[in-house]
Amino acid sequence: MNKYLFYPGCSMESSGRAYGDSIRAIVEPLDLSFEEIDDWNCCGATEYLGINLIPAYSLIARNLALAAKQMNGTHTVVAPCSACYLNLAKADYYMQERPSLGVKVNEALAAGDLQYKPGTLDVRHLIDILVYDVGLEKIRSKVVRPLHGLKVVPYMGCMLPRPDYQHRWSDHEHPTELDDLLRALGADVIDYPLTSECCGGHMTQIGPETAFELIRRLVADADERGAHLMATVCPMCQMNIDAYQNEMNHYFGTDYHMPVLFFTQLMGLAFGSQPEELGIGVELVSSRNAMANIGVEVPVTQEPAAPRKKDEGLPMPRRWTKHEGKEAVK
Amino acid sequence: MSEKKNERVGVYVCHCGSNIAGVVDVVDVAKWAQEKLGPQGVIIAREYKFMCSSLGQELIQKDIKELGLTRIVVAACSPHLHEKTFRTAAKNAGLNPYLVELASIREQVSWVHTDKAVATAKSKAVVSGAVSRVIENVALDEIKVPINPNTLIVGGGIAGIQSALEIANAGFHVYLVEREPSIGGHMAQFDKTFPTLDCSACILTPRMVEAGTHPNITLLTWSEVVKVTGFVGNFNVTIKKKARFVNEELCTGCGICQEKCPKKVIDEVYEAGLGYRKAVYTPFAQAVPNFPVMDKENCTYFIKGTCKACEKFCPTGAIDFKQEDQLINIDVGNIVLATGYDLFDARRVSNYGYGRLPNVFTSLEFERLSNAAGPTSGNIVLRDGKTAPKSVGIIHCVGSRDKNFNNYCSVICCMQGLKFAHLVHERTGATVYNFYIDMRTAYKAYDEFYQRVLEEGTLFVRGKVAEVTNAARYESEKGKLVIQVEDTLVGKQRRIPVDMVILSSGLQPRHDAKEVGKLFGISCSMDGWFTEKHPKLDPVATMTEGIYIVGCAQGPKDIPSSVAQGAAASARVLDKILQKEVALEPIKASVDQEMCSGCRICNGLCPFNAITFLEDRMVTEINPALCQGCGTCVAACPAGAISGTGFSNEQIIAQIDGLLLRNLEIQEAVPA
Amino acid sequence: MTDKIFEPTIIGFTCNWCSYRASDLAGTARMKYAPNVRLIRMMCSGRLDPTFVLRALSGGADGVMITGCHPGECHYIEQNYKALRRFLLLRRVLAGLGIEPERVKLVWASAAEGARFASETTAFVEEIRKLGPLNWGKPVAQLENLQEEISKLEEVSA
Repeated sequence: MNKYLFYPGCSMESSGRAYGDSIRAIVEPLDLSFEEIDDWNCCGATEYLGINLIPAYSLIARNLALAAKQMNGTHTVVAPCSACYLNLAKADYYMQERPSLGVKVNEALAAGDLQYKPGTLDVRHLIDILVYDVGLEKIRSKVVRPLHGLKVVPYMGCMLPRPDYQHRWSDHEHPTELDDLLRALGADVIDYPLTSECCGGHMTQIGPETAFELIRRLVADADERGAHLMATVCPMCQMNIDAYQNEMNHYFGTDYHMPVLFFTQLMGLAFGSQPEELGIGVELVSSRNAMANIGVEVPVTQEPAAPRKKDEGLPMPRRWTKHEGKEAVK
Repeated sequence: MSEKKNERVGVYVCHCGSNIAGVVDVVDVAKWAQEKLGPQGVIIAREYKFMCSSLGQELIQKDIKELGLTRIVVAACSPHLHEKTFRTAAKNAGLNPYLVELASIREQVSWVHTDKAVATAKSKAVVSGAVSRVIENVALDEIKVPINPNTLIVGGGIAGIQSALEIANAGFHVYLVEREPSIGGHMAQFDKTFPTLDCSACILTPRMVEAGTHPNITLLTWSEVVKVTGFVGNFNVTIKKKARFVNEELCTGCGICQEKCPKKVIDEVYEAGLGYRKAVYTPFAQAVPNFPVMDKENCTYFIKGTCKACEKFCPTGAIDFKQEDQLINIDVGNIVLATGYDLFDARRVSNYGYGRLPNVFTSLEFERLSNAAGPTSGNIVLRDGKTAPKSVGIIHCVGSRDKNFNNYCSVICCMQGLKFAHLVHERTGATVYNFYIDMRTAYKAYDEFYQRVLEEGTLFVRGKVAEVTNAARYESEKGKLVIQVEDTLVGKQRRIPVDMVILSSGLQPRHDAKEVGKLFGISCSMDGWFTEKHPKLDPVATMTEGIYIVGCAQGPKDIPSSVAQGAAASARVLDKILQKEVALEPIKASVDQEMCSGCRICNGLCPFNAITFLEDRMVTEINPALCQGCGTCVAACPAGAISGTGFSNEQIIAQIDGLLLRNLEIQEAVPA
Repeated sequence: MTDKIFEPTIIGFTCNWCSYRASDLAGTARMKYAPNVRLIRMMCSGRLDPTFVLRALSGGADGVMITGCHPGECHYIEQNYKALRRFLLLRRVLAGLGIEPERVKLVWASAAEGARFASETTAFVEEIRKLGPLNWGKPVAQLENLQEEISKLEEVSA
């Protein structure tokens, strides 16, 4: 049983409800215990840090202080939302790096009878603990309905691989954690070059044209590569690509129909849960057609036997993935 | 402290122009030395503008002869610069060179302190320390050991081959050890060499053949050095000759085994992963020696026990599956390390997409593409093996000049990038872009080559490429690789679609350079290249006498520089060999067996195995030939039975007292 | 007397191959550092006999700096490890004698680390300055009352 302190974040109950539902569905098969932090508050998302650092970090650090108090055989805090994760990680890191910030934040926390010593907790993202703690082998072993034939584009988003204070991610431009996880579920993972490019974030409210162009790039490229759907790890990314796709289409006069789901929903499907339990169908750009590819029992596609006549193309160098333990030749 | 000795000490304080005199009051120091250290034995103290000049040295020599000086102290620059100069001067005047001490008041005083009064006071203390020490010095004679005229050269690239040929042509024997099945190194992989565009193999192979057939060169390929003991003039080296599974006596180099072998594998070494070879193979057609080698890890016989096609077809029965690794032991006088470089692994720069995007190539891959004997017969094509590119982007400084990877400049990549540009133009007529930070085209005919490539119509963009991607944003980018770069001369971001990208990857030290260095007793710099004795004036020697480093093993460089260094090291080696014996510094430890109690504390301390315990007499003995003079055993002996010449206890203790000016107190405290 | 800032006297032991060359490099690069250290060159840090340190301290030095090649890079392969062992034991001995072990410092510096040599030297001088003078080796004659004290102790009743 792997125990963790859990920080859900505001979207888990509202726009990202599907994420919350699907997380609940996969926790049991993977033997995970998520204990929600008592009385947690909003992490402040992105805007507050641009206005005033001390109250912004104090807002975030309150959650860390509460988690530290609650620490119950574990000192790892898991956050499923990328922005929440980054905020918590940043607060912990900067309170240590800049002692004066640490002092002032603790002063603010003291008003609520709280204290946080930076470095006490390990802040990690959900996909990080799934890939590195639970392990792909275990995930693979729980798959009862492999997603063969489902062409998925793994979209990590920009907040996870950068800035990487604790060196958790395989690469800062082309991280492979989501690729590997989806592959473990049996899906046909498409090599997606824009996996860590920006989805527009809050520009959908502040400067929609910019956001639409960014969303268009992501969707257009996924579409060109023949994806059935996109899988994401962040409620913001999911909302942007999902909820604003229609407007984006209007703006550019395009007609994309690219469903985007949370990776945990795909995990739940692979583990045998029903789509309703996972919030599949709740999304605005419907995934019905995409799911039709696997809703019916699809026979396992067999790799064609290697032809006797060797293909004339030149061999590619070996792929390098940190996760599979192959260290690049230095 | 020992009894008062009656030595006649001369003190010489150098001005070194204004280097020392500008901060230290040298006249005062000399006067002080004469006055205050007079009772200790200073007969004369002079100051002079440049002690190292011939006039300065003559001053010393005159005083030795006329005043009967028995000890000399020169207060000047660091002993690492001129200790030998003054020792030789004294020797020529009839005084044992080891009775001369240098006190550094430049590197350790005038150059690093600003307060003149403080610097002058410190200089006095330093001189006092040197005077006290030199009084305890003992006359020593250099130890001469014979030099073995054989030489070991590790690495059969162009630098190693050049070095080997020079020594062999002078009439002395060379062992040339190479890790790969053939000599030739990286140069054998190239197509053309800049700036002349000579075909690389055409200029290399005659040298390879000369080295392979030279009566004075023993070629040991598919071999590695595993152990080295000894010291300059007398090294003992153990070489592991890996099993080729081919009997070299019987093999004629006909190549039938290669032809008939059914197992094809990707050739990661010679073809840079772009072509294939068989499980039994010679790396390339002009390999020297031409004996094939069997790749045990991929050979069907070694994996499954079947096949043996090579054995069946070999006309002379040269295949020997039972062949074992051989250990060869040789004695040499000097060793030259020419181990070359590794190419920077471009997969580490993930934003350039090498390893993920098919049409991104490294420099070595491109060399193989362009080479007429390569996997595409010299056709420059994309990864599909067929299509010629219509536009090519060449990116400079991949992994070099980059704090995230290697901070240094790899020297050859700019010229290499220009060479590629020229070849692409010539063979395909494609549009070529070169993306650079600076153009480093420094040597003979290099800049003219750059101008030529400019005139050929290559497009140059000054900017470090941010990304190579296949995510098209616009119609014109579909199906292409897009290079995103800030064109700093225009001040705009550009997205340039191309068909093919070539990465001018940087050079790196060999991945096992540190281990190899430890084997030979030399060190590596922070970047991993072998450390030379002096970066300006002695780039081929190392701190370890008798071991030389040449070519890219010492640092990234082009072919002419590697050749020059190879020849330079040979000159050094020949210089030693021709002198027939080498003079070793007489800094050695020795045991006074009367005082040795046989506690054996020192026995385990010597990494050079110079200390042995004589069971019959229950005392320890030190072999002066093996002793390197570190002094650790001297410090360890609880009975003080071990003494070390050149850095004896008496000398160091006297120096401590002298530096703390205790010698003055003691003199002054003489009771009335 | 109280107005004068205490200037420590420090003896530095360097090894011929790495740390002495580092000090040379600091000189060539004209890096400035505190003038309180007087250097002694030995072939190797392994040559350091702990009695040298005691001699220096008892002779008037307020601190001793021992320098050598980085572990793994010793010109004589592994002798700097022996220096390290002696240094650690020496510190215990000094503590037992009532001398602050911080008065002896061990610094590894490679031949390329001139800047490090300079900065470590300056830092050490400040540390010793804070510790104050050692005052070990003062000749007995200078401590006036001591003569009387000793006489009293040595007095044997008739």
